[in-house]
Amino acid sequence: MFGSRVAVSDLSLTVNRGEIFGFLGPNGAGKSTSIKMLLGLVRPTGGHAEVLGLPAGDVDARRQIGFLPEDFRFYDWLTAAELLHLHGRLCGMSADRLRTRVPEVLELVGIVQHADRRLRGFSKGMLQRLGLGQALIHEPQIVFLDEPTSGLDPMGRRMVRDVIRAQRDRGATVFLNSHLLSEVEITCDRVAFIKDGEVIADRDLRTSSPEGFHVTAQVGKLSPAVLSQLAGLVRAPRYEGEQLTFGVSSQDVLPEIVRLIVASGADVYRVTPEPLALEDLFVRLVGEDRGL
Amino acid sequence: MRGLWILAGVTLREAARRKILWTALLAAVLLLAIFAVALRFQVAEFEGRPMSPFVRYQVESGMLMVGLYTCDLLAVVMTILTSIDTLAGEISSGTIHAIATKPIARWQILTGKFLGFAAMVTVYVAITFWSTVAVAFAVTGVLPEHPFHGMLLIVAECIVALSVTILLGTRFSTLTCGVLALGLQGVAFMGGWLEQVSGFSQSTEIVTLGILSSLIMPTESLWRRAAYEMQTPLAGSLSFSPFANVSIPSVTAVVYAGGYFVFILGVAIVLLNRRDL
Repeated sequence: MFGSRVAVSDLSLTVNRGEIFGFLGPNGAGKSTSIKMLLGLVRPTGGHAEVLGLPAGDVDARRQIGFLPEDFRFYDWLTAAELLHLHGRLCGMSADRLRTRVPEVLELVGIVQHADRRLRGFSKGMLQRLGLGQALIHEPQIVFLDEPTSGLDPMGRRMVRDVIRAQRDRGATVFLNSHLLSEVEITCDRVAFIKDGEVIADRDLRTSSPEGFHVTAQVGKLSPAVLSQLAGLVRAPRYEGEQLTFGVSSQDVLPEIVRLIVASGADVYRVTPEPLALEDLFVRLVGEDRGL
Repeated sequence: MRGLWILAGVTLREAARRKILWTALLAAVLLLAIFAVALRFQVAEFEGRPMSPFVRYQVESGMLMVGLYTCDLLAVVMTILTSIDTLAGEISSGTIHAIATKPIARWQILTGKFLGFAAMVTVYVAITFWSTVAVAFAVTGVLPEHPFHGMLLIVAECIVALSVTILLGTRFSTLTCGVLALGLQGVAFMGGWLEQVSGFSQSTEIVTLGILSSLIMPTESLWRRAAYEMQTPLAGSLSFSPFANVSIPSVTAVVYAGGYFVFILGVAIVLLNRRDL
């Protein structure tokens, strides 16, 4: 609760070990606050959360957690290498281990050439890379990334993608909070949609698009009677000009639909099914932007 | 506990980079120069006329107290201004997120920061205090009575001010903290003067009010105890001033300040633990 305003509400969520989990939702849905609760930065007024089997915010749980805050910033008089060293020490790493680990991480996030530069002169993108570095310095079991690609150029975004996949490959769990749906789509194993503090959908992106397909067809002479008949078989059929669009949950129903249209005497020139993009799914689930 | 020391170290480095620290040191150097010249004029004036060594000693010793009081005021203001931003600023900018999610308890973050600033303040007071004493000794040959007690009490005063600033930082923005901390210092200052009214007024209400102010913020009473320790009894009884010993804070007042500091730091830890970051 912030004052009398409820922040997040009945959210309920499980993330499995070793998966890249995408947390999606419109601005103000409660994404960052949920992450903060899991990290112990914000105390829930009610409910329960566990991270790695320990209560959220537990110091021992935090030993296994890396966190890149949204809009990462730190003391600007430190150099990049000093910052990583400091964060490594705070995570309990020995100075000896850090001697090899710091250059490794600088290399990983692509700022090894700026190792001895002070943060003061860093661009937002470079700070973001360094923030990612401090989140990974101790090779945590869970990495929380809050908008990791904000401020990054395309090369940086690719680096983040590669780093995230590398985390999964070494067995870590990645909890990704992003509004860049195309990024999420190509990186995440599973996504959850959150709106007004509720998880409204949970999708596994590894299996084929469970939401089905968006079909565009070029059809001549389609009668209104057939169109209303279609309404009982497919989602949201529309017919304008010669273009017929509708949604189906599986391609298996397409031949039957085509037969029905042809049997009514209409001409079918082209039928193109396309898997629903995450963005379509997002808009459908969360609703069109009505302004905040 | 390791996290605490790491944070104390980084805070000390952070504190040493604050411009306000160097500005305060520069101001101290300037004041010291003015102080030295003033002392020099006084000595020259004394040499031009017959004077009892006793009176001369009292006057020069009084001037030394002026120097040390300036040094004390500067130290307290510097303490408040350098540390004002450490929690409030890092909470509002989100810098603290990267620290508070590390495997370190929040009380260690707060205590680490406190120790870093306390170390900086101790070094600062030591430098300015002994420089003032050295300048006065070089020009007049006068030394304070118990300089070590005096210096430690000034350091204690700064540390009390520091704990209050840190407490405020757990709840308020940097600007609000600054206004409140300096305001409380004003309360302490007022308290010191009101208590001295007891020297020539029968109004016990005023003195009670003064004591109450000193209980709310016991910094000034630590200074007045320091002044008492550093002067000859006679010099202290000469005037109505921030170093007059009309109403000397007792040892109990010093012990109270110690308990006050522990309590304030404890409350700060509880408040930081409870708040959302």
